[in-house]
Amino acid sequence: MDSNLYGVMAEFDTPTAVVDAANKVRLAGYTKTDAFSPFPLHEIDEALGIRRSILPFLVFCGGVIGMLSGFALQIFIHYIDYPLNIGGRPYLSWPSFIPPAYELTILFGGFTAVFGMLFLNGLPRPYHPVFNVPRFALASREKFFLLIEAADDKYNYDETTSFMRSLGPQEVFDVPE
Amino acid sequence: MADLKEIQQRVYPPMVEGDHTFATVSDKIGDYALRKRTPLAWFVGFGVAFMVAQLLMVSVVYLLAKGIGIFGTNQPVGWAFPIINFVWWIGIGHAGTLISAILLLLNQKWRTSINRFAEAMTLFAVACAAIFPVIHTGRPWLAAYWLFPYPNTMGIWPQFRSPLIWDVFAVSTYATISLLFWYVGLIPDLATLRDRAKNKYFKFAYGILSWGWRGSARHWHRYELAYLLLAGISTPLVLSVHSIVSLDFSVSQIPGWHATFFPPYFVAGAIYAGFAMVLILCIPLRVWYNMKDFITDTHLHYMGKVMLATGLIVGYSYVMEAYFGWYSASQYEYFMITNRIWNGPYWYMYWLLIFCNVIAIQSLWFKYFRESPFWLFIISIIVSIGMWLERFVIIVTSLQRDFLPSSWAMYAPSLWDWSLYVGTIGFFFTLVFLFVRFLPVISIFEVRTLLPGATVHGHQQDFEENVVEIEYTWERTDEPNK
Repeated sequence: MDSNLYGVMAEFDTPTAVVDAANKVRLAGYTKTDAFSPFPLHEIDEALGIRRSILPFLVFCGGVIGMLSGFALQIFIHYIDYPLNIGGRPYLSWPSFIPPAYELTILFGGFTAVFGMLFLNGLPRPYHPVFNVPRFALASREKFFLLIEAADDKYNYDETTSFMRSLGPQEVFDVPE
Repeated sequence: MADLKEIQQRVYPPMVEGDHTFATVSDKIGDYALRKRTPLAWFVGFGVAFMVAQLLMVSVVYLLAKGIGIFGTNQPVGWAFPIINFVWWIGIGHAGTLISAILLLLNQKWRTSINRFAEAMTLFAVACAAIFPVIHTGRPWLAAYWLFPYPNTMGIWPQFRSPLIWDVFAVSTYATISLLFWYVGLIPDLATLRDRAKNKYFKFAYGILSWGWRGSARHWHRYELAYLLLAGISTPLVLSVHSIVSLDFSVSQIPGWHATFFPPYFVAGAIYAGFAMVLILCIPLRVWYNMKDFITDTHLHYMGKVMLATGLIVGYSYVMEAYFGWYSASQYEYFMITNRIWNGPYWYMYWLLIFCNVIAIQSLWFKYFRESPFWLFIISIIVSIGMWLERFVIIVTSLQRDFLPSSWAMYAPSLWDWSLYVGTIGFFFTLVFLFVRFLPVISIFEVRTLLPGATVHGHQQDFEENVVEIEYTWERTDEPNK
């Protein structure tokens, strides 16, 4: 067997087939696995045992930081740095500070959602070993792929390959590093 | 009696017509961006739009050279074409965010094939809108310190108690979040184009832009969360943006502007104008790009219904506006409304507006009009004109007859007012043409999820007995999400 393998990959035709196979892979005890599909498959999260991301919590924190910084900015400007008497209104007229703080809440939350997602996903990453499989180009078009990484504890080239073949895939590939 | 299938078809019409598979959807939508030969019609359309956009260039240069004396703006009509056009454009943008965010949260599947170019339309409309506040003083290089809070050598700050500064924050946040939303939606599709592109340079460009997306299940999981969260936070955003735009007016004391019902009135008008623009763009697109399988008659039908609903809200607002003028018992408010509707010099603008926004839209009660692309296109153009007239009526008729008769004046736009406005329309369509040439106009990965093959069917027979074990092993074996 080749020691420079990143893993073993199987190709499937339908979402049902890949979800079923993913269930079997997890039941067989593999943990360093991944699936690739041309659109989000909700069932695969459970099949592969993907835990819910902490992203919503991060976005909440981002939003709160945005709101606080919005108020802090305006309070600094209108109360501390340059108090200006406009028609006798209080310097700390916080109700009129709500709209900018509200917009900054959304802005920071949105930035956290997008860049948090990219960061947690490890993107941008233009190169990845899975791209070495020529058929993998179809993962963005119509096919579904299941991967068991060589780094998995239970991984053994011959066993894993024959196990993958038993799942009824279209084809099984070696993924070179 | 109609059989069950027929009833089902009527209640849940298919969102993708024709016999499509994942592959044909990907190829059909993607190949419009990848094809080698650009059709002549594209060059003609792009060329015309680009030439019209030059009017914008010329007008801006002349404006910067001469100052705002080239506009018809005067006293008391100190706010005229620039803000009319700003509000018009920013309103058009709202439909894109409504389609991408609110309809996503409401789980409306028909948004899927129109959200991409509706979002693009939002971006381009906001870009056109942003031109006006920046240049309307004729001295945009001085705009920085009164728009943005940055420490400057003069030691002064913007006035955060003013709706005009709220507007800066609202519009810039709106532009940024719309861009993020649009781009996040594009990432998987750019990966599709990267994998399909044969041209080396295209492959490289799409590869960079897709950030190495590979469709991993873990990535999709976070991607969908991020997309949903963006939709969640864009929903209050889109409602706030036009509300804040309306506060530019209603916080002031001018009769005709000083009204508490402006925020919902403006938001409904924005969605109304936006759907009209979506229809103006998508009706030719589905014909020229042969996209009738994805943008079906059902989509047009639904958009017609949204237009009718928001149009009725707008019509109700006109009634309320007149009612408040009378009920306020303020002689200035009362005079304003009579001046606007029949007594003043711009009464015909008001009735043109009523025709465009209230009367023409009533045809959409009839299925015949909602299902005819031709009539929808015509009505959408009428509505776009009507929404522009609405801003003209609100702004000009309120200002030209204010409190003191000695300060009354007439307003007429100058040639440069018009050229700047028409120039932004050219700029808008230039961007639209570039978009339809180089990017997938319909969200490919989301259309794939609409196909019948996309659902995961019940697990296979031999798998059933393992179900208990799945639940048992769930906590123990899975890899932490790192």
